[in-house]
Amino acid sequence: MTVFILCFALFLVGVHGVLTRRNLIKVVISLTIMEFSIFLMLALVGYVSMGEAPVLGSDLVVPQLVVDPLPQAMVLTAIVIALATNAMLLTIAVRLYKKYGTFDIRRINELKG
Amino acid sequence: MEVMLSVIIGSMIVAAIAAIHARDLLSAIIAQGFVGYGLVICFVMLRAPDLAIVQIVVETITLVIMVAVVLDSSRKELETVIDRRQVATTGMSLLFLVLLLFFFNRAIGSLARFGDHTLRMSEAYVTGAAEQTGSINLVTGVLWDFRGYDTLGEATVLFTAAIGVLTIIRLEGKK
Repeated sequence: MTVFILCFALFLVGVHGVLTRRNLIKVVISLTIMEFSIFLMLALVGYVSMGEAPVLGSDLVVPQLVVDPLPQAMVLTAIVIALATNAMLLTIAVRLYKKYGTFDIRRINELKG
Repeated sequence: MEVMLSVIIGSMIVAAIAAIHARDLLSAIIAQGFVGYGLVICFVMLRAPDLAIVQIVVETITLVIMVAVVLDSSRKELETVIDRRQVATTGMSLLFLVLLLFFFNRAIGSLARFGDHTLRMSEAYVTGAAEQTGSINLVTGVLWDFRGYDTLGEATVLFTAAIGVLTIIRLEGKK
């Protein structure tokens, strides 16, 4: 149970960062931390104690205890999508910096046009 | 096992807090890299080699992009001003944390204990995937055969994001 709680604490750190930071780069970092905690949660839920990795030998014999491959497949998809959204967010941050000369979201909010 | 994982996740939490409160954006990015590579170690311990490989590659690419962005602009963190808005956002964040804690407390009861997971949904995947798909790596079998449309959607998202990044970088913009 401890690992689930710690994983949730990591998520809370990310939420706190997104809500309170004013720097755009810090907001992106906090979002990344939230994503990491969710990947970790899914991998933790699919773990079977003393299970083996879901890779068979060449004789195609399934071991007695295998870790669940379904959450792993989903996390694999999610990791790649997280990379895409992160790259997009960072590009937007760079464009905003080039236009307004600051990463401060409050000052960007005030400077219209 | 659980103790080792707890230690690693605990150090990841410390690094995350350091990343959020760092005075220099470059050190914030390095602390975030610590969190990402700690996640890789967790994946290896949780018997997920595919995830570990993909996470190493993705984390490295993210770090390179972030360092490029920060070196291209400014690496100074804004100084903290305590005004009404700062107090309001901090209060709101605390409220959110309490709310999420409440829902987590309700949800954790329905989870199985760590390590007690039973293969209810993926029983057929585990027993039949090797013959049906011809892939000895079950994760790849699920990803490319049973959930092929998911992977197609993932590739679509990736290429859409690439086109978006190119478009945003190339835009001229109003002066």
